[in-house]
Amino acid sequence: MNIQEILDHPHAWTVEDSQGTVVVSSRVRLARNLADAVFPDWGGEEERVRVWQRLRQVLETLPAIQGAVSAGNEEVAERDRQLLFERHLLSREHAKRGRGSGIVLQPREGLAIMVNEEDHLRMQALRPGLGLVEAWRAVDVVDSQLDAKVPLAFSPRWGYLTACPTNVGTGMRASVMLHLPGLALMEEIGPLVKGVAKIGLAVRGLWGEGTEAQGNLFQISNQVTLGDREEDIIHNLEQVVREIVSHEENARARLWRDRRVVLFDQVGRAAGILAYAHILSSREALDLLSALRLGMDMGILSGAERGRVQELLLAIQPAHLQRRAGRTLQPPERDQARAELVRETLGPVIRVALRARRKKHE
Amino acid sequence: MKCERCHSNEANVHLTQVVDGEVHKLHLCESCARESGVDVQNPMTIADLFLGLGQAPAGQADREREGCPRCHLQRADFKKTGRLGCPDCYTYFGDELAPLLRAMHHGDRHVGKRPVGAAAEERRVETLAELRRQLEEAVAAENYELAAKLRDDIRALSGENEISSSPSAS
Repeated sequence: MNIQEILDHPHAWTVEDSQGTVVVSSRVRLARNLADAVFPDWGGEEERVRVWQRLRQVLETLPAIQGAVSAGNEEVAERDRQLLFERHLLSREHAKRGRGSGIVLQPREGLAIMVNEEDHLRMQALRPGLGLVEAWRAVDVVDSQLDAKVPLAFSPRWGYLTACPTNVGTGMRASVMLHLPGLALMEEIGPLVKGVAKIGLAVRGLWGEGTEAQGNLFQISNQVTLGDREEDIIHNLEQVVREIVSHEENARARLWRDRRVVLFDQVGRAAGILAYAHILSSREALDLLSALRLGMDMGILSGAERGRVQELLLAIQPAHLQRRAGRTLQPPERDQARAELVRETLGPVIRVALRARRKKHE
Repeated sequence: MKCERCHSNEANVHLTQVVDGEVHKLHLCESCARESGVDVQNPMTIADLFLGLGQAPAGQADREREGCPRCHLQRADFKKTGRLGCPDCYTYFGDELAPLLRAMHHGDRHVGKRPVGAAAEERRVETLAELRRQLEEAVAAENYELAAKLRDDIRALSGENEISSSPSAS
C-alpha cells in the first residue's frame, strides 16, 4: 500500500457506524518525546530532520504497525495533508508543517503517528463507535514496542515529558465523537457542556481545539493528564459518554412525544434541500446531514442508506472535494461541487424514502 | 474604589503581583490598565500563570540569562510560546511548574504507565527513590492504603532487578 491508496480509500473506522447511533468514533492519542533530543519547535529544522529520519526507521520495524505507510510531510502535497486532516489522521497543525515532520499510517489498524508535531511523537488509535479501551490497547502496544527501541523522555515524578505542560504525565488524550441532534433541538447542549467541563472534561467541535460544533458533532475528551492512571481516565470518560448517550436518547424521546411537528419539519426540510440544492456550504451540508441522520435514526426515513450519509460527512469536506475533482477549487466552486455530489448521492435515496413513507400513510 | 493611577475613574481591573515574595495589589481603571500594558481581554497567558507575573527572585538573574542548561530555553521564551524546550526544562523550571501543574491536573505526581525499555535501568534507581519518598509521605499522612500500594510497587520494582538482567524478559 502507498500513501495514494490511503488517500483514495477512507478506511472502515472513518466511515463505519457500527454501534448505536450517537457515538460516532473513539480516539486515544499518546504524546511522547525522545529523551536525547530537544523538543521539535525548539530544535530547529535540521534537528527535526535528524529526529524524523531516526524515528521513521524505528517505527517501520515495529511489529504493531507492520505494513504501515510513512511519508515526510514534504513528500505529500499540502492538499493531501489537508485530506488526512479531514479524516482526523493528522492535526490541522501538523498538516501545515513541511520538511522535518512526517507521518506513519497503518489504516487497517486505525493507527496514525505524527512525527515532529508539537512533540516528537503523537501516536493515535481510532475506532468506530465507543471503542476507547480497544483504542488504548492498540496505541499502548505501539508505545511499548517503541519504548524498547528508543529512550523516551520520562521522569518518575512528572511522567512522560511533553513540550506543553498540559500534556505531561500520561501524555494521553482520549476523546469520543458524539452526534447530539436531539439535545441540540431541545436546546440542552449549553447545560451539558457546562456540566461536562465541571468534571474536568473538555467539549470541542468537530475539528478539535478552538472549533465550534458543526452538524451537531461534539468531541468530549479528558483534560487532566497528570495524577490519574490511563485506565481510570478512560473508564471515567466512558462512563460520562454513556451518561450523555442516555441524555440524547431521552431528548429524542421527548422530541417525538412533545415536538413531533418540529422534528418532522427539520427532517423534511433537510431532505428537500439536500436532494435539490445547487449551492451548499460545508457548514450547511453538515447541519442538514445531521438532521437527515436523525430522521433515519428515528425511523422517519428509511435508514437503509445510512452508510452513504456517513460517507458524505467526509466526502463533502474541501480537500476531499478537490481530490475528487482532481484540481484546486475556489470556495464558490466547492459549494457547487458539494451540492452536486450530495444531490447525486442522496437525491434518489431521499425520493425513494419519501415515497415509501407516503405509501405507508395511505 | 477609584483608580490608583488617574484617581478619577472607577477601578475595575485588579492586579495581584508577587515581587520578591511580597504581595502587591494594584487597582486600575480599564484605560489606565491598557496604557500600563495589561491585556484586559486576556489578562494572563498560561505561561504567565506558570512563571508568575513578577520578576525572577533575587539572585536568579544570572541563571535567568543562561536559561535551561541543556537547551538554553529562557523563562521569556516559555512565556511567549507556552512550550518547553527539552526534557531537562522540567528539572530546570520544576519548582515553578509544580504549583501550577497541581492546579491544572490531579496532583503533581505521575501514577500511570512507566517505560520499561531502552532507558529503564538508568531510571529504575531514580524511580525507586521517588517511590520511597512517596511511601514516607503516605505513612506520615497515615494513608495506609496508598502506603501498601507503594510498598508493593517498590517490591515489584526492586525484584525486577534479577529478571530485567535478561533484556527479553518482557
